[in-house]
Amino acid sequence: MSTAFGSPGAQTTAEATHPGDVVLDVVDLTVTFPTEEGQVRAVSNLTYQARLGRTLAIVGESGSGKSVSSMAVLGLHNPKRTTITGSIRLDGQELVGAPRSTFERIRSQKVAMVFQDPQSSLHPFYKVGKQIAEAYRAHHNVSRAVAEKRAVEMLDLVGIPNPQRRAHQYPHEFSGGMRQRAMIALGLVNDPKLLIADEPTTALDVTVQAQILDLINELQKEFGSAVILITHDLAVVAETADDILVMYAGRGVEKGYAKEVLAQPSMPYTYGLLQSLPSHSEDVHELKAIPGSPPSLLKLPSGCSFHPRCSFKDQVPGDACWTQLPEWRPTPGLANRQVRCHLPDPVATLRQDEGIR
Amino acid sequence: MLTYLLRRIALALTVVLATLVASFLLFFAGPSDPAQAMCPEQRCSTDRLNQIRESLGMNRPLIAQFSEYFTGLFVGRDFQVSGDTVQCSAPCLGLSFLTNRPVSEEIFSRFPATVLLTVGVVVVFLLVGVSTGVLAATVRGTAADRMLVGGSQIFGSIPPYILLLLFALYTTRLYPIFPQAGSLSDGVIQFLPGLIAPWIILGLITATGYTRYTRNSMIETLSMDYVRTARSKGISERKVVGKHALRAALSPVLTILGLDVAALLSGTLITERIFEIDGIGRRALAALGQDDLPVIMGTVLVTAVIVVSMNLIVDIAYSFVDPRVRLS
Ligand SMILES: Nc1ncnc2c1ncn2[C@@H]1O[C@H](COP(=O)(O)OP(=O)(O)OP(=O)(O)O)[C@@H](O)[C@H]1O
Ligand SMILES: [Mg+2]
Repeated sequence: MSTAFGSPGAQTTAEATHPGDVVLDVVDLTVTFPTEEGQVRAVSNLTYQARLGRTLAIVGESGSGKSVSSMAVLGLHNPKRTTITGSIRLDGQELVGAPRSTFERIRSQKVAMVFQDPQSSLHPFYKVGKQIAEAYRAHHNVSRAVAEKRAVEMLDLVGIPNPQRRAHQYPHEFSGGMRQRAMIALGLVNDPKLLIADEPTTALDVTVQAQILDLINELQKEFGSAVILITHDLAVVAETADDILVMYAGRGVEKGYAKEVLAQPSMPYTYGLLQSLPSHSEDVHELKAIPGSPPSLLKLPSGCSFHPRCSFKDQVPGDACWTQLPEWRPTPGLANRQVRCHLPDPVATLRQDEGIR
Repeated sequence: MLTYLLRRIALALTVVLATLVASFLLFFAGPSDPAQAMCPEQRCSTDRLNQIRESLGMNRPLIAQFSEYFTGLFVGRDFQVSGDTVQCSAPCLGLSFLTNRPVSEEIFSRFPATVLLTVGVVVVFLLVGVSTGVLAATVRGTAADRMLVGGSQIFGSIPPYILLLLFALYTTRLYPIFPQAGSLSDGVIQFLPGLIAPWIILGLITATGYTRYTRNSMIETLSMDYVRTARSKGISERKVVGKHALRAALSPVLTILGLDVAALLSGTLITERIFEIDGIGRRALAALGQDDLPVIMGTVLVTAVIVVSMNLIVDIAYSFVDPRVRLS
């Protein structure tokens, strides 16, 4: 790379091959849906990166745009009913505004997605092995038999017992956990550089949840790919993620190393999320949900979207919370931490609050 | 699966039997004198009435009559008609009073014409209906979608007989673009051209429902999670729509397809009459006009058998299309 046109730090022309290399570089991504009631702004100016060999957790309440932003990476929004601006670079290739043929090439091959609901994500009329084989054949010029053998291997890899027989079964013959394993097998069949797992465990019971997360972790080590784990379960994040992006009303509000962010949040929304976690109620202070509810995406609040629910806004001098969208800024004393918050010293403020309660 | 099938067949046979008993009671044991009703002349001579009664075995007890009719279905019967013996082989549905031929012959000899008509109509409405439905679903919300849906709605709301009459009048009489129907006894090759006009118009009329039905079903399946999964594999959009979405969208269409095929096979009275196709529908219509009750009764029974078997076929086909049905 003699000339660097791309943004500094991000690999824009060369392919990512080493651990830590950026595979996905999202800059200023905005996704709007024109509806009868008006423009629904599901994702606003979202910026983040996903790196090879690392797991990025995207967390936030329901409706914060986690799924919408990820689906934009695979080009799964109907172009006629969606406006997407900003930049999504996958392995150096710009995807915003790319034609359908580009997406058909990268889907499953470079980026795969395990969807929120395993019950309905597999086609009820086709055998599981065939569905996986189809994805392999879309990107490899091989016979049906070879692809189906590959599908059986993948089912074996994700820990489905008796894969040969299972491959010839239909999704309704699989349990929920098995279906999710099959979805992961489908996601990894072409060895993509990025796997997006959208709440892969919500519909499953606790023991199966743990198994699925372990599986994703193991496979990531084996394949060395980047993983984006979408969840609203912060306990899951603590166990599995390296990095974290907290989203609120379509915007990123805090990002950093997962463990550090959970240990020391520096944005009132992240703090609120952690406070509402059941594990915090074991000692003196009570389980405390964030007051109010997320704003309408049709009409986002002015300034910082979180201000109507923020209990720290009076500690910000002036009317910045109402009038100005906070820019990303580093948090003093915390490496690799970025927040969007007007508080002069959020860490101190939040620490003090925790001390009081 | 097997017990399920046996249960369905038992149910089907029960329905046919019930239809048989009901139609028998209606026509032969009703309050009016069937012999009088079946008499073609204005005033029937006593001789004539007796002849009718005798040919029907009506001077015998009801149970005996029914068991005779019933066994005739399986082993056939012989009738004495003005001295001659007419053999009515199984499944015997009695004799047409007007022609003195066995009803089963009257019906079954006309069945091939009705089947040929049906096959062509089904091909037309499936091709036109499903393809326009899929097209409308993929361009949903656009002007093209509104045109297809609106057009099918307008076309579908005109009474079918008006369209049939106009089409027959313009395309086979005033401007003979399409040949008029001949007789099947001249050979299939000579007969088929006469079916082109009814194939087209009846196919198009029936297609309107399929356009809307397929469109709605497609719109529903296109929003399904598994279609999104299919798309996320990197296969072509044509495969996503034409394979993954369509396969699921067509399974509910199967049910109405079964009903429509049954209705067509039972004889399209109006179409066969207008286009002068000598099928079972036209025969039934003639029998109605002439109070030829054995033929009407036979038609009712044949229709019941057709409807019931189509339902059975649809059920079995369903279990092949949707693997989830197979186990239950
Ligand atoms: N096609 C669409 N048209 C209009 N609004 C949409 C569309 N798709 C999503 N939205 C809206 O965008 C918002 C963000 O949705 P998204 O699915 O990304 O939330 P999420 O963070 O994944 O939530 P959850 O945790 O419940 O999955 C929601 O309010 C949703 O109603
Ligand atoms: Mg979601």
